[in-house]
Amino acid sequence: MKMAVDTAIGHGTGTLPQIKGVKEVPYDELFVSGHRTCQGCESALVMRHMVKASGPRTIVLGSTGCMYVANTTYYTTPWVVPWMHTQLGAAGSAALGTAAGLKVLMRKGKIKDEKINVIAFCGDGGGADMGIGAISATLTHKEYNCLVLLYDNESYANTDIQLSSQTPYGAVTTFSPTGSKRRLMHTRWKKNMPGMMAAGHPESRYVAAGCAAYAVDLMNKIRRALELGGPTFVHTLDPCPKGWDYHPQYSQELGHLAVECGIWPLYEVVDGVVNLTGPTRQIAEGRKKRKHVSEYLKRQGRFAHFVDEDIEHFQAEVDKTWEEWLIPGVIPFTIPQKDTRILNIDKKKPLHAEATA
Amino acid sequence: MAVEVKATPTTEVETEQLLTGCEAIAEAIRLADVDVMAAYPIRPYDGVMQAAAKLIANGKMDVEYIVADGEHSQFEIVKHASAVGSRVFVGSSGVGWFYAFEAIAVTAGLRLPVVAICGNRALDDPGAFGTEHNDSLAVRDLGWLLPWAETAQESMDLALMAWRVAEDKRVSLPIAIGLDGAFLTHSQQPVKVPTKAAVDAFLPKYDLGDRLLHPDNPITIAPQVDQDWLMEIRRQNDAAMRKALTVITEAHADFKRIFGRGGDSPFLDEYMTDDAEVVFFGQGTLALPMKVAIRRLRAQGHKVGLVRLKWFRPFPTQEIVKSLTRFKAVGVIDRDYSFGSPFYGGVLYNEVRSALYSQTKRPTVVGFIAGLGGREIEQPMANEIFEKTMAAGRGDLSVGDQCHWIGVRD
Repeated sequence: MKMAVDTAIGHGTGTLPQIKGVKEVPYDELFVSGHRTCQGCESALVMRHMVKASGPRTIVLGSTGCMYVANTTYYTTPWVVPWMHTQLGAAGSAALGTAAGLKVLMRKGKIKDEKINVIAFCGDGGGADMGIGAISATLTHKEYNCLVLLYDNESYANTDIQLSSQTPYGAVTTFSPTGSKRRLMHTRWKKNMPGMMAAGHPESRYVAAGCAAYAVDLMNKIRRALELGGPTFVHTLDPCPKGWDYHPQYSQELGHLAVECGIWPLYEVVDGVVNLTGPTRQIAEGRKKRKHVSEYLKRQGRFAHFVDEDIEHFQAEVDKTWEEWLIPGVIPFTIPQKDTRILNIDKKKPLHAEATA
Repeated sequence: MAVEVKATPTTEVETEQLLTGCEAIAEAIRLADVDVMAAYPIRPYDGVMQAAAKLIANGKMDVEYIVADGEHSQFEIVKHASAVGSRVFVGSSGVGWFYAFEAIAVTAGLRLPVVAICGNRALDDPGAFGTEHNDSLAVRDLGWLLPWAETAQESMDLALMAWRVAEDKRVSLPIAIGLDGAFLTHSQQPVKVPTKAAVDAFLPKYDLGDRLLHPDNPITIAPQVDQDWLMEIRRQNDAAMRKALTVITEAHADFKRIFGRGGDSPFLDEYMTDDAEVVFFGQGTLALPMKVAIRRLRAQGHKVGLVRLKWFRPFPTQEIVKSLTRFKAVGVIDRDYSFGSPFYGGVLYNEVRSALYSQTKRPTVVGFIAGLGGREIEQPMANEIFEKTMAAGRGDLSVGDQCHWIGVRD
């Protein structure tokens, strides 16, 4: 089935239709054995879904991080599609350079003119810390078709679990241990990366937040990004047994809990229109109740030092993103009551209603 | 961005134009049919990006011209464009070059034939716009080929040579052409601009072969090799750098045949050395004031000459040995510093001494650090360099075997 959105724009070829259910998922595996990621690694699943969705006419660029070091060891490779390493902070530039190179070679007739998907991935350290400038720049180059995928396991998990700007409040990492004098070494709130990318890059046609625990939803987000074209951005939350300290069998469950607790909202921003997806949408529409964050936090060793006060603070911050943000879970800012009329926003109406209609 | 490019007229003839070093490089970019270039502002190298932008705006060439968000991105962009088969150009200066350092290192490791200019500029802090070679020289161990130009003509000629040598499968290494900031990047000189047809005869198309990153050739590039394989891969880069000497020699011979320029040796430019007893040795634009000094000193009866190094990497050791062992003393002039190095000398000084060490008959080598931060090398300074080199040649140990800072206030 071809989405209406696919035909509405110039870049799409309609070759990557939305997947309507698990039975429609392509059978071919393009990320196969030959890697040595940890048991229960959700990021490896993101890689698998990513290329399953994009298909064989894809070039993947991989930043330094778990998905470089654990995946690609010389003389073995799990990548059936062409793959190239790029530097920790260079996912944005790698995507841009590859896309620009293909574009000009096709224009000059030096290679066959065809649709080749370009995907550069980076971890949360490479994307939300070091490489944010390059990703931001790439999202302004609307003439190049490329997707930057940020797989977020909420720490520099490859280098020993050091905290990144995506590590949640209070979590233990090797740079934020808990000790006898300080219970919480890390007290910064997680950077709102997909919201920032969507709000700050008006010409990027597609930004999404996904999770491999919702596999079809994630694959459709990858496909829509590639079909809409131009520079796009997808951010996935990836439970990490090693960094989060839980048994590997619970990765999918933790992914579900992150969404159900409202900590990780699933959404996409298509040409500036916010579309909540999966359980996030059900929560926003009042069809599902948000779970208490303790259900998520208490399952992970990295929060084992939390006392009630920490859990309540965490809950209050999550509540704020749902109750006070301009677009719940997506765009912060609140509007003084006196200005709602000027800005043509009715506070009483759920703000996402229009977008999801 | 669709750009309409006029077909090259068949009546195209070689022209002579007044161009700066940067503008000459921009002409080379046009003639070489570069596919992707990435720009970011820093003086003085960015004159080339301004000149190239104008050529694109005027429909003179079709290049994907990307204004990056910093030098690291600049070099990463062209690195990846090169991996999918694009001919690329990039550049920087001074601390901008250092901001790109990680990308610069991996480009050589990946064996991708990126061609760059380094518009040589003093490193911060404190700030200075003028030329100094420490930016280029910082990458000397990494596998970048490093030629230095003296004139705007040579800038263009080296650029055309650069794509040919870098993209040769025996080499497949990046090249950074050194252009002295201001003295060369921004000084106008007459430049012979060849025809596209002549350049096409000299410069083959870029072909990565089975290393091309493309869905038809699904390879994995640069996986983690660890201790298992890294030494073997480093050794391949070493072998490529050794082969570069041959490839440069071949390219130089072809260049001379097609364009009628380039001098006798691909690596050294000798000036009034036939009967010389002592010579100056250096690279880049310092040749100009030293040539003036040589003519003046010769009028006074001194047998003095200049050996200018055109390629610092690969270091043409045999050619240098053959040339410099003819003289009594060599005054190496470094437009760079290497604090704490042997004899507190410059980089070039220690490389030259190392090259000569095993020779039974070798000249006295005396080092000079001069012209830092773009300071002009004036004639009294040239005199001092000459007198100290002569004294070293006479065996004066208070002068030889050491380095002297020239034209510096106490």
